[in-house]
Parts: sequence; C-alpha cells; structure tokens
Amino acid sequence: MLIELIEIHKFFGSVHANNGITLTIEPGQILGVLGENGAGKSTLMKVLSGLICKDSGKILINHLEQELNSPSDALRLGIGMLHQDPHDFPSMTIREDLQIWDSRTGVKKSASDWQQLIAIQKDLGFHFDLNGTVGELTVGERQQLELVRLLWLGVEVLILDEPTTGISAAQQEVLFAALKKLAGQDKTIIFVSHKLEEVKELCSRAVVLRKGCLIGERQAPFNENDLVELMFGRQITRTRTSQSGTQDICMSVRNLSIEDFRIRIENVNFDLYAGEVIGLAGMEGSGQRQFLQTLAGLKQATGGRIEIDREDINGKNCFEFQKRGIFYVPSARMEEGLVPGMTLEEHYILSDCEKRMFINGKNSRMITETRIERFNIKGRAATNSEELSGGNQQRLLLSLLKDPARLLLLENPTRGLDIESANWIWSILRERCQAATSIIFSSADLDELTFYADRILVFFAGRISEPLPSSGLTEEKLGRMIGGKDWPK
Amino acid sequence: MNEFITGMAGVVAAATPVAVAVIGETFSERSGVINLSANGLIVLTAMVGFATAYTTGVVWLGLLAGFLTGAAAGLLISFSSISLKQSQVAVGFILSMLFRDLAYFLGTPFMVVPGPTVQSLPIPVLKDIPVIGQLFFQQNILVYFCYILITFSYYWIFHTRQGLILRGVGEQPTSAYSRGIDVNRQRYIYTALGAGLIGLAGPMYSLCVKAGWNGTMTGLDGIGWIVLSITIFGGWNPLRGTFGSVLFVFLQWLGLVLQSRWASVPSQVLQVAPFPLMILTLLFVNVGDTEWVTKMLAMLPRSVRGAVYRLIRFLRKPPPASLGVPFERE
Repeated sequence: MLIELIEIHKFFGSVHANNGITLTIEPGQILGVLGENGAGKSTLMKVLSGLICKDSGKILINHLEQELNSPSDALRLGIGMLHQDPHDFPSMTIREDLQIWDSRTGVKKSASDWQQLIAIQKDLGFHFDLNGTVGELTVGERQQLELVRLLWLGVEVLILDEPTTGISAAQQEVLFAALKKLAGQDKTIIFVSHKLEEVKELCSRAVVLRKGCLIGERQAPFNENDLVELMFGRQITRTRTSQSGTQDICMSVRNLSIEDFRIRIENVNFDLYAGEVIGLAGMEGSGQRQFLQTLAGLKQATGGRIEIDREDINGKNCFEFQKRGIFYVPSARMEEGLVPGMTLEEHYILSDCEKRMFINGKNSRMITETRIERFNIKGRAATNSEELSGGNQQRLLLSLLKDPARLLLLENPTRGLDIESANWIWSILRERCQAATSIIFSSADLDELTFYADRILVFFAGRISEPLPSSGLTEEKLGRMIGGKDWPK
Repeated sequence: MNEFITGMAGVVAAATPVAVAVIGETFSERSGVINLSANGLIVLTAMVGFATAYTTGVVWLGLLAGFLTGAAAGLLISFSSISLKQSQVAVGFILSMLFRDLAYFLGTPFMVVPGPTVQSLPIPVLKDIPVIGQLFFQQNILVYFCYILITFSYYWIFHTRQGLILRGVGEQPTSAYSRGIDVNRQRYIYTALGAGLIGLAGPMYSLCVKAGWNGTMTGLDGIGWIVLSITIFGGWNPLRGTFGSVLFVFLQWLGLVLQSRWASVPSQVLQVAPFPLMILTLLFVNVGDTEWVTKMLAMLPRSVRGAVYRLIRFLRKPPPASLGVPFERE
C-alpha cells in the first residue's frame, strides 16, 4: 500500500506539533521515524492511524485521498498502530481481548479463524495461551499479541510507536525478526523510535523529525553521527565518571524476603557502599519493582533485615526510611510520582515539609526558579505537571528529591527518554554520587546498566544474583543471565 | 415448613425489582457511567407507572411508562456526563433528589387509590414440582421476565462479542477507541438501557410487590441506594447481583419475622438491620486489598496461604477501570 502524506499540520494549543510534513511511504520497506522526545513523531503516526485529526493537509492511500477521522476509518483501509503502551484490556483473557473490534472496520471473523491466528503466531515465532489473562503478560508479550491481532484483522500497514520501550533484549530480537519477515511479505512497516541502534539494525530508510518539522531523510546504511546531528542539531557525547563507590557501607541487606501475589524472592544479601550505583537487571516483572519498594519502606518485607548504621529498619514505615534519607522514584511518573493539575511551584511547596500554616510565597517562588534553572526543566512555575514532556517530568521528579540523600531508588529512570535527556539525568545522578549518595536503579536497557552501574543484581524467576561488578560483564553475558542461563547452580 | 416456603416465595417475588434495577445499574457501570440517580428514579417511575396504569387501566402500559421514563433519565445522564463532561456524582445526586421530590409532588392525585395490579400466573407442570415449583413457578409474569433477564444479561456481558465491547469500553476506553469502537455511543446506549431497567423496577413495586401509590409512605426511598451498593459488591456481575438482591430481601423478611417473635425489640432496629447486615455480609465476600488484610494473611501457615490468596482473588472483582471517567479522544 502506497501512503502519501502531504503538508500535514497539527496544533495542540499553541504548540505546532506537526509543521507541514510531506512524506511518501512505499510498501515492503521498514521506514524508521527518528526524533527526540516531543519532536512530533507520535503525533504524526496518530494522525495516520486516525486517532487524532490533522488540522490541514492531505493523506493519499494508493493515490486516492482519504479522510481518516477515527481509528475505524484507518483500520478499514488496513492501517493499524501498535501503541507505546499496548492498547489492550489487561483484565480480560487473551481470547476475549482478541475479539474486541468494531464491525464498522469491515472485519468479519468466526470461530474457525482461530486457526489462522495460531498460524500467524507460529509464523512469527510467538507463543500465547489463548486462555491466559492479558494483564499477566509482560509488556513485550502484550506487544506481540497486538501485532498478531492486527495482522489477524488483515492490516497491511503497521505503525510501531517506540515498540522496544520496556521489553527484554530477547523479546526485541524476536520482534525485529518478525518485522523483517513481514516486510518481506510486502507489508509496510513504520518504526518510530528515538534509539539509533534500532533504526540502524532494522530500517532500510529513515526520516528525522525535529520540533515538528521533517528535517531530513537517509537511506541505509546509516551513519550514526550523521543521524544524531539531524536529530539534535549537534553532536551528543556521554561521559561517565570513574567508579564512584567508597568503602563506607551505606546499607546492608540480610536474608531479605519479599512476597506478594505475583512474586516470591528469598534470601537477598548484599552491602551497598556509599556513592555506589547498583543496577537491577531482569525481565519486566521479575520483582525489581517489589525489591525497590521494599527498600523504600513502601512494601513490607516478609522477613530479613535492612540495616542502616547497624540499625534494622525493616518493618518501619516509609517516613522513617525518608527520615534516613532514602527516596524512591517510581517509573509511572504521572500516576505515582507527580500530581496532575498541580503547578511546578505547588509541587515544590508540597515536597518541602516546613511546619507552617501559610505558604511563604516569596520563598517558594525563589526555590522554584532556582530548581527549574538548575534542573533545566522546560516549563514555568505556573505550568501544570501533566503538560510537561516525559523528560521534563522526570527532571521535575528528581528535582523534588531532598539533597543530600543517602540512597535514591529509581525505577526505570530513563524509560522513554531520548539520548539527550537520559544523558542529562545521569549527569545529575552521577553528581550526587560524588556527594556520597548511593543509587539503586532498575532498567531494561543493558547498555545503560553496564555503562552506569558499578555493580549489577540480576533478577530471574524469583532469584537474585550476587552483585556482579559491571566492569567484567558484557551485554551478551547479562542478556543470557536475564534469560535464565549461565546461573550458578 | 409450609409457612417458610410461602415466605421464601415472597422473598423471590420481592427481590425481582431489586435484581432488575441492579442489572440495569450493572449495564450502565460496565460501560463506565455511574447512574447515581437510581434511588429517585425508582420512586419516580413507581409513581409514573402507577399513574399510567391507573389512568389507562392497562397494567403493561404502566410498566412501559416506567421503562421509558427511566430511559429518558438515562439519556439525560449520558448527555450531561458524556457530552457535557459533567461530574457524574454531582449530577446523579441532584437528579436523585429531584426525581424523588418530583414523584411526591406530581403523585398527589394518585394517592391511596386502588389501581390495577399484575396477576399471578402459575406455570403449568412446573408449578407442581414440590418446593421448587412453589418457590419459583407460582409467581407473576414479571418474576419470569426477571429470570430471563438475569440469564440473558449474564450471557450478554460475558459470552458475546457485544458484551466484550461493553466491558472494553468501561475498562480501557482508549484501547476500545483505537480499535474503531465509538466509545461514547456505546455509553449512551447502555446508560439509557440500564436506566430503563432501573425505571422498570419502579412500576414493579407499585403495580405488584407493594401495589399502589402512597406518596412518602410508599416506602421505596432507600432501595435505590441499596441497589447501588449491591451492584458494587456484586462485582458488576448479574448473577452475583441477583444473589445480593435476594440476600437483602431475605434479611428484610427476617426482620419482619423476628419482630413478631421478639416484641420487646424496638421495631426500628429490625427494620434498619438489613442495611448494615447487608454491608457486612458483602464486605466479607469482598475483602479489600488493604495493608491489614495482607498482614493478617501473612500470619497464616504457608500451606493455607496460597489457597486463601486464590479465594480472595476469585471473590474480589475490581471495578471497571474507567468508571466515572469521561472519555476524551486526544
């Protein structure tokens, strides 16, 4: 299917999210759409999938102009989109989830078509138990499910919006193999990403968006530096200070066990040194979240000791943990970290626990201004937190943390952020390590783990490895351990 | 024994309007819209249904009037909460009070007049089955309709593709929308249908269970709130909702029986008792996911704990994830 986008404009309030984008997409190829956070990639793709309406411009499909006013229009034409957070129904079984579509999309299916679904599944190398619950799948599996579902419904054009966020390295491999196969079957695949390596590996052609405009396009093979310059308008380098851990013990964990509905972890032992960075590797949902929350005092451990200055604080509530300088930053920024509808200034007032009745307006404005400047947040004191982009929300979250702190617990601190934002976040975090703050963070990005962590704990099926020094760990070795191989007996 | 069975048959009959209203509310909430006006709506449609049947002399016209009044109220609620994106709670509360007072005001001419009622209609053959026949098949046509409604609604919600779409819209409207489903249209339809069923419960009282219209003395005020709580504790499931309705009416009946036995207990105590008892019972089957529950469970021996976890997970039904949240496309 030949798609032509001509002079697409889209405004959100005063923001010009898509500024006159013209683009032709040919069948049988994998097109990479690159750009930093907020460049307008997602907006453009949502316009093409009917999820949002363009303000002006034309969309031609096989040389015919089409109005895409809703996703049902797009689906009828055979355009389907895989969203960053899978648009599925976690509370339902897979079989139920697959049966939800609108008849206006022209899809007709009967029970016999399950065979076809299973065939597609097998062809792409996925395995689902149709009677399982969607919510129990990992993000990667939910994505695979969406992919299979769209193909089953007869989609010819597949749009993938940041599909590798939150999936494991092994799942990424399976996904890429599937996409290459589909491109061979003359499907059109649009791959939206801010990660260069992925585009390099997968795409035959790439276009780059910056600030709502289409800046340029390149054919494979790509030159990485060239693409970076297109994306950011300049070169980006990342730096890492040398091993920052000291010999002072910041926290000792002894025989810790954690248990809830989903996961059981037993007998965790390690010492965390002041100024050290420990990374948590493992597939999504292997217990990293529960582990971080337990260390933050948000979740009760079922046994063991968490020692700070030789005092066991396991069983105390999270305020006691905070009093000792332990802070947790959740991965769901808007849902668990920030308050939608509150301005930046109100966030600072809220996090500043001064015991007074009235707000000191002058003082709080001053604090807000200095923090915004220091953390380089693109927003004003009166901006609501939900209006910020993902990268800026993360900066806001970090700027709310008390300084100095003993230990920061970060859940996927750079998920969904582009290279520049991620680098910036890490430069701030590393600075704090110099001031003897320790960090424990979880990540799905092996590169990030081996690059920034001093030691790594690997999670697999309720087991936690010994802390492994990252200097002796390659990404391949780490990937195998995450998949459950190479574990000591 | 016979007396007990007659009593139980009465419980079945009296539970039908509650069950119908619960199913109505379940449809509405499954799609993501809370209809908080149920209480006032039941009182209003009881009056409208009675007045219509009294004026025309035709019982089923009264029932139809109740359903249509309810559906109209449902459209009003949809319009305010979906199209105007107003708070479902605030609007629901106000409408609830408005409907109730409107009923008392407009119903004055129909106070304490004898009107038509639904006649009992035993089903041949089935009525002769011992106990079961007496309990379930020597009833009126509305009770039989309720049996069909319960089966149908359960089947619809959990075993049809339309039902999947209904649940999908209440759970993840964004996902439903990106699959081409017109979320707001679905919500309009189910809110109107659900409110129509709630509206049917009114005439089921005034033309059958508590025949007649007695203004504020009709004793329907409060039923709607119980309907709302049964919907929640029933886990938005018509079968569980029916169970809750029967339980509630049974407790009411028990109160009446005990009152005649223990004359010394003030009558108010036994009249009010079903309400807190209902809440307690339903709380018991819906143990919340709170810290103290987790702590209590952690004290159990490990062998039992797994089974208890599973039981609690089976009993606890989370609400439709987008209940009360208006849907907005980006």
